[in-house]
Amino acid sequence: MRNLDVKEIKNAVKTLVVKANQELSTDILNALKVAANNEESEVGKKILQRVIENAQIAKDEELPICQDTGTAVIFLEIGQDVHLVGGDLHDAINQGVREGYSEGYLRKSIVKDPLNRVNTGDNTPAVVHIDIVPGDRVKITVAPKGGGSENMSQLKMLKPADGVEGVKQFVIDTVRQAGSNPCPPIIVGVGIGGTFEKAALLAKKALLREVGTQNPDPFYNSLERELLEKINNLGIGPQGLGGRVTALAVHIETYPTHIASLPVAVNLNCHVARHETVIL
Amino acid sequence: MIKITTPLSEEVIEKLQIGDEVLINGVIFTARDAAHKKLYELLEKGEELPVNLKGQIIYYVGPTPAKPGRVIGSAGPTTSGRMDKYTPRLLDYGLKGMIGKGLRNKEVQDAIVRNKAIYFAAIGGAGALLSKTIVKSEVVAYPDLGPEAIYRLEVVDFPAIVVIDARGQNLYEVGPEKFRKE
Repeated sequence: MRNLDVKEIKNAVKTLVVKANQELSTDILNALKVAANNEESEVGKKILQRVIENAQIAKDEELPICQDTGTAVIFLEIGQDVHLVGGDLHDAINQGVREGYSEGYLRKSIVKDPLNRVNTGDNTPAVVHIDIVPGDRVKITVAPKGGGSENMSQLKMLKPADGVEGVKQFVIDTVRQAGSNPCPPIIVGVGIGGTFEKAALLAKKALLREVGTQNPDPFYNSLERELLEKINNLGIGPQGLGGRVTALAVHIETYPTHIASLPVAVNLNCHVARHETVIL
Repeated sequence: MIKITTPLSEEVIEKLQIGDEVLINGVIFTARDAAHKKLYELLEKGEELPVNLKGQIIYYVGPTPAKPGRVIGSAGPTTSGRMDKYTPRLLDYGLKGMIGKGLRNKEVQDAIVRNKAIYFAAIGGAGALLSKTIVKSEVVAYPDLGPEAIYRLEVVDFPAIVVIDARGQNLYEVGPEKFRKE
């Protein structure tokens, strides 16, 4: 059994929320550069170049890439041989978010109650997902999620008879309806299977995959490529003003499901697809 | 690139067409969801607004806090459609332009035509780049709303694209049409 002070988790969260908001990861940046080369629309090309320039300014001047510095979505993989000491884990995570969002000059976008909307003032609470895994390490991934693209996401309980065609239709319809709103070019996270809530979580986790990586299953990899092509044929283009590049990637994650069920969740992410990871 | 200066005259607005790239200069005001609700309620009650928005442009933005020594933090556009409920009322009152991103509903589009107004898109997610065109920033109403307060911004060559013009042409419809492959 290894002891780990939750203060270390707090410190890591604090650093990661700031870093994720200021530095676009290399995979996304590279995908944007490829997109700028491939884009046929002149306006679209110019937009992609400005987006790349924006990422450079943000990094150089330590500014947030986007003013929507997001909900702090945090994934923890906790080794089952780790003993967390020094306080409450959730308190530590929220303290990290609080300090990071304040000291990093990030926008506080969380309201205390969904209907009686008063800002909590410190971007807490975070949305936290915890998995217990083998080993004695703790892996922390911070993925600030903007409201614009999150709002365009959808979940649907399909019938098993709807099959792969039903899934394709739903994914494409979701992207078409979202149009310009989620700040294309987007990353499309798709979760298929499990239960109602599991599908949504799979879709969110799909967004964490490095852009350009493929689903290890050839069937799903081929589905990812087909969906990407169909989505880009919608013509939505950068910022929805028309063009070839509507999505940079489609990532599918799956899970076994009930004989009666076929849940499908589509979680959209804007081109500012932020995520930073550290292992303690 | 067409340089325009606020407040916007109808003469300037009528010349602009969808797809035109503009550089906006002068004063623009920020307002998001909560501020819009307040402005709308004042107009419905027949009361004065805390800022004179006649002929002006509202920029849908909730900037990040300014670091010491900076005018403002990152300041890119937020989704305009959330303001649709309130926008026709503001346009009828005299607002002339809006900067945001994304689709508007039919009521907004009709109100834009009816009032000879205009809707611009700025690049969503390019808040760091756009912040460099903002040379002055001050809160002029609703400071209690935090990032949703109304700011008066002075901008120099703020880049935007005309997406709905005074004739009701809509680039979000026309643009993707050209690149669609079924």
